[in-house]
Amino acid sequence: MMKRDRTSANHGFWYFMGKLWADRMGRWGLIALAITTFIAVICPIFFPFDPSKVGADAASILTGPSKTHLLGSDELGRDVLRQFFTGARISLFVGIMATVISTIVGSGLGIFAGYYMGRLDGILMRITDFFLVVPALPLMIALGAIFGQNITVIIMVIGFLSWPRTARIVRSQTLSLRQRQFVPRAKSLGSSNLRIIRTHIVPHVMPLIVANTILVVAGCILSEATLSFIGLGDPDRISWGTMLHFSFVSGAIGRGAWWYFLPPGFGILFIVLGFTLVGHSFEKITNPRLGGSE
Amino acid sequence: MPFLLRRFFTLLSSIFAIVTFNFFLFHIIPGDPIRLIARTQRLNAEAIAKMRASFGLDGSILSQYFRYLSKLVHGDLGYSFSFKENVSGLVGRALGNTLLLLTASTLIVVILGIAIGVFAGSRQGKKSDTATVISSLILWSMPTFWVGMLLVFTFGVWVGGLPISGISTANAVYSNGFEYFMDISRHLILPTVTLAIVDIAFFIIITRTALIDVMSEDYMLTARGKGLGRRAIVWRHGFRNAMLPVLTASALYISALVGGAIQVEVVFSWPGMGLLMYNSVLARDYPVLEASFLLTTVAVLVANFAADLLYRVLDPRVAVSK
Repeated sequence: MMKRDRTSANHGFWYFMGKLWADRMGRWGLIALAITTFIAVICPIFFPFDPSKVGADAASILTGPSKTHLLGSDELGRDVLRQFFTGARISLFVGIMATVISTIVGSGLGIFAGYYMGRLDGILMRITDFFLVVPALPLMIALGAIFGQNITVIIMVIGFLSWPRTARIVRSQTLSLRQRQFVPRAKSLGSSNLRIIRTHIVPHVMPLIVANTILVVAGCILSEATLSFIGLGDPDRISWGTMLHFSFVSGAIGRGAWWYFLPPGFGILFIVLGFTLVGHSFEKITNPRLGGSE
Repeated sequence: MPFLLRRFFTLLSSIFAIVTFNFFLFHIIPGDPIRLIARTQRLNAEAIAKMRASFGLDGSILSQYFRYLSKLVHGDLGYSFSFKENVSGLVGRALGNTLLLLTASTLIVVILGIAIGVFAGSRQGKKSDTATVISSLILWSMPTFWVGMLLVFTFGVWVGGLPISGISTANAVYSNGFEYFMDISRHLILPTVTLAIVDIAFFIIITRTALIDVMSEDYMLTARGKGLGRRAIVWRHGFRNAMLPVLTASALYISALVGGAIQVEVVFSWPGMGLLMYNSVLARDYPVLEASFLLTTVAVLVANFAADLLYRVLDPRVAVSK
């Protein structure tokens, strides 16, 4: 137990990348993430999407793949491929930003509850359990509908509703660390509580937080897609979910315009799967007890 | 039963918290709700006051809150201005339809999910296990609404053959009850399958992990030592004990199920709570949105309470240790 913690706490970024690459699931996940990141970061620079560039006439609406539009056009005659590139950027951005909020709130609460225990722990965990059982999607829809359709609102809504699991996991790990001998030892040497948290607790829960964070990104991207599909997406910043919303309400399915509703869906599947695979693989590396299967 | 009482008290306080939260959420709507509802600036003071009273928005915030509570206790959920009828009637009809959808897909998910999960877990590390895990992860990574869209495309446009919208055929005349039943059943197929496809993945993974955990326990070695067959070991000893952690994960499952149902109802125009919520978002019909959000959340809290009780019944160890 002790040995495992020490090693995982001291290894750097490239050590874990190597370990992930050596694991089959981790490798496929890394490849998926690399491809999507490339699409999200590089492609929109060379193929920017201009929402105002609508088709000239009715004949340009929902046309199939052609030389001018490699992935056809949407219900306003705009290029689907360019939209797909921009969508990757927005979906990834919202997912990551929401995860940052969720991780900070969740691990912060978890560490403080687990370290200070007692009454603080009781209150914080009561709140956590409440948010754990309240179904997230209806709450997100209500908040999204009230505070309006913009990207900041969506990020905040998803971020502030996705932390309870992180808080639970981090708390139980902190609680078990708290029982170890180094806490009273450090205290008797005159370390303050905050210093013990910073130098002893945080480095040890870090691998757990990272593994959990990777899985949270997957959940946040799915949440964003769902909210946007419901019609709460930012109309000025088209994500893959927003594309699916417009393809649905414009009747692309009935007209058989597969080029409009297949790519964004596969995009979401691809990136969520990427994060899920890397997350599970990372969990296996940092917690060998789980890695029985391969 | 002190535990039962304590748990019941937690349930009540959670419901109270969500009711209060709900009230304040819909009373801090940016902008004046009356202006939002009226959608015009040309209302005289008298008309505004009248509307304010009819929506329970007059008086201090505290008096509004108590009036809201008393109305709620009497089952008065307000009036929908987009559907032009009482919200309680709307929500009541929708709730039944949603429960039908949830029951149908939960049956599939639980039976198939457990069977596949146990199958994979008892073959840990083999090709069939790996294939099951990978396909579960792929299914889990698909947005539920997109799976629905794919099925609508396949069975409504491309191949055809199954109804893709609503709960029954519009303007249909049925000669007997059975025909009506069959019509609803046909409409139920695709929404149920969509909901089941995504949620089953979750169930498979949880069951598989739980079974693998249980299989490494000492009493499994004893069972093997007694000369029991593989099937008896897996099903009689493994499966029964593995079900407990699966039940613990039911809170997560219930939440996922409700989220999935909302999406499925939107895609298939299934007239349940999710479609109601969606339409109220589009129309910014706050009384309906408020009521459907409240009712869904309370239903989930109650379902979790029930799952918790069931857990006590199935695992006497928990009751003793606490």
